[in-house]
Amino acid sequence: MSGPVHRQWGRSTRKSTRGADESPWIRRLLIGIALLFCGVFLLLPLANVFAQAFSDGLAAFGGAIISPDTVAAIRLTLLVAAITVPLNLVFGVAAAWAIARFDFRGKALLITLIDLPFSISPVVAGLIYVLLFGLQGYFGEWLDAHDIQIIFAVPGIVLATLFVTLPFVARELIPLMQAQGSEPEQAALTLGASGWQTFWHVTLPSVKWALLYGVILCNSRAMGEYGAVSVVSGHITGRTDTLPLRIDKLYNDLQGSSQGSAAFAVATLLTLLALLTLLLKTFLEWRQQREHDRAQTVNSDQNQDSSPDA
Amino acid sequence: MGFTLFYLSAVVLIPLAALALRSAELSLSDFWRLATTNQAPAAFRLTFGASFIAAVLNAVFGTLLAWVLTRYEFPGRRLLDALVDFPFALPTAVAGLTLANLFAPNGWLGQFLVPLGIKGAYSQLGVVIALTFTGLPFMVRTLQPVIENIETEVEEAAATLGAGRGRVFVSILAPMLFPPMLTGFALSFGRAIGEYGSVVFISGNLTGKTEIAPMLVVKRLEAYDYPGAMALAVILLVVSFVLLALINTLERWTRRFER
Repeated sequence: MSGPVHRQWGRSTRKSTRGADESPWIRRLLIGIALLFCGVFLLLPLANVFAQAFSDGLAAFGGAIISPDTVAAIRLTLLVAAITVPLNLVFGVAAAWAIARFDFRGKALLITLIDLPFSISPVVAGLIYVLLFGLQGYFGEWLDAHDIQIIFAVPGIVLATLFVTLPFVARELIPLMQAQGSEPEQAALTLGASGWQTFWHVTLPSVKWALLYGVILCNSRAMGEYGAVSVVSGHITGRTDTLPLRIDKLYNDLQGSSQGSAAFAVATLLTLLALLTLLLKTFLEWRQQREHDRAQTVNSDQNQDSSPDA
Repeated sequence: MGFTLFYLSAVVLIPLAALALRSAELSLSDFWRLATTNQAPAAFRLTFGASFIAAVLNAVFGTLLAWVLTRYEFPGRRLLDALVDFPFALPTAVAGLTLANLFAPNGWLGQFLVPLGIKGAYSQLGVVIALTFTGLPFMVRTLQPVIENIETEVEEAAATLGAGRGRVFVSILAPMLFPPMLTGFALSFGRAIGEYGSVVFISGNLTGKTEIAPMLVVKRLEAYDYPGAMALAVILLVVSFVLLALINTLERWTRRFER
C-alpha cells in the first residue's frame, strides 16, 4: 500500500495522435466532467475552509488562532513532528540502505512490514499502543508503579505518530536506491574512502531529492494525523491536544460557547500546510524529472558521438 | 541492518504482537460474540458497503480523471493534476470538517441538495462522500503511469485497420486499463476500510446507522471494553492483510504488459 505514485512531468508531447483521438465532442465532454468533478470534490472543500474561517470576521479568526489552547496545540504538534520526522528519517535511510545493498533472506517480508502501517487503520494503530502501555496493558502496572505515563500523555502521541509515519521516507528511498545500484559506492570505497565518507559524499547526494520528498510527506502526515493520536491522547485541552484534535474539540463545541468559525480558523493552518506540501511535492517531482531527462540527454549525446566510429 | 530490525520491531512488531497475544486470550466463542453483537454487524456492514461504493465511484471518476489528465491538453491541466493529491495531503480531520460543512443544510452544497432530499451530512451518504474524497488520489495515481505507457501506435494501428474509437476502447484500452483499475480499487477500498478522521465529522456517528467499524473500536475503548475493541481491531487488521496481499498480486499482474 503506497501513497499516490509519483507523477511524471512533461511527457505529454507525443508525435502523432491520429487515430488515437476521441472526437472533439467526446473530448470536451470528458474534460467537462473531470473539471466539474474536481471543482465540486476538490476545489469547493478547499475554498470552504477559508470561507468559513473568515465568516465571523477577521477578529474572530485571529482570536481563535491565538487562544492559549490553540497555541498549546500548535506547540505540541510541532514538538511531535520534530521528534518523529528525524527518527523516521534515520530509520528510512537505514532500512533503504539495508534493503538495497545487502542480500538476505526475508527481504520481501521486511518490505511488507515497512508498508504495514500504511494499510492498518489509524484507530488500530492507536489501540495497539494502548494495549501495551495502557493501565490494563502489558507494561501498564510497571509504568504506573514508576509513575511514568505514556498513554494519555505526550509520549503516547509521539509513539502513535511514529507508527503511522514510519513508511514514508523508506518507501521513497528503497526503489531509488535499488535502481541506482552500488557501483558508485564501490568505486568510492576502492579509491580509499571510508564508509561514512562514502555515505555522505556519494550515497546521500544521489538520493537527496527523494529523501526530501519522503520527509515532506512524513511531516505532513505527522502534523495532520488524527485517528491514531485521538485514541492515545486522552484529549486533555491545552496538554495533549494536537492541532487536529483541537479542531475536533472546537467543532463539537459548536452548540456551546465558541463561534462556528473557530474550528475552521484552526483548520486553515493545517490546510496551508497541505497546500505547502503539495507545492513542494510538485516542485520536487519537476526537479527529479528534469534531472532524469538531463541524464538521458547526456546518454543519447554520448551514443550519437560514438555511433560514427562504429 | 541491526538498527533497522530493532527499530521496526520496537515500533511495529512488538505492539502488533501485543494485539495478537491479547486477543489470543479470548476464546473463539467469546471472540465471535464480541464481533457480532452490539452494533458490530451494522458497523461492519456500513464500513464495507460504503467503502465498496466509494471505491466504485473512484474507479469511474478516477479513471476518467487519469485519462483526461494524461491524454488531453487544456488550460488548468497542471493545476488540476497537482490538486488530485489534495485529499492525500489534507489532514483527515480538516477534510471531514469542511465536507460536513459543505453538505450541511446551510452549507454551500447542502442548501441546494437538502431541499431535494439529498442529505450529505450526518447520513450514510456522508460516509460515502468522505471515503470517496480520501480514496480518489490512490485511483488516479495508480492509473496515470499506465495510461502514459500505453503506446498510441497500437490504437492508431487498430484505427488504420478500420476499428472505430469505441471498438478500440473495448478491445485494446479496456483490457490494459482493467488490472490497474483493480489495483486502484483495492487501494482505495483498503484506505476506506480503515478511514476514521474524515468520517467522524461528517457521519454524525448515530449508533447503528452511521457508525463505522473504526468508530465502534474507539467507542468500546472509551468504555474500557478492551476485548470488544480488540475483536473488531483484529477483523479490520485481517482484512487489511488480505487486501495488501491482493494488491501485491495485482501489481504483478499489471506489470505483465511491461517487458
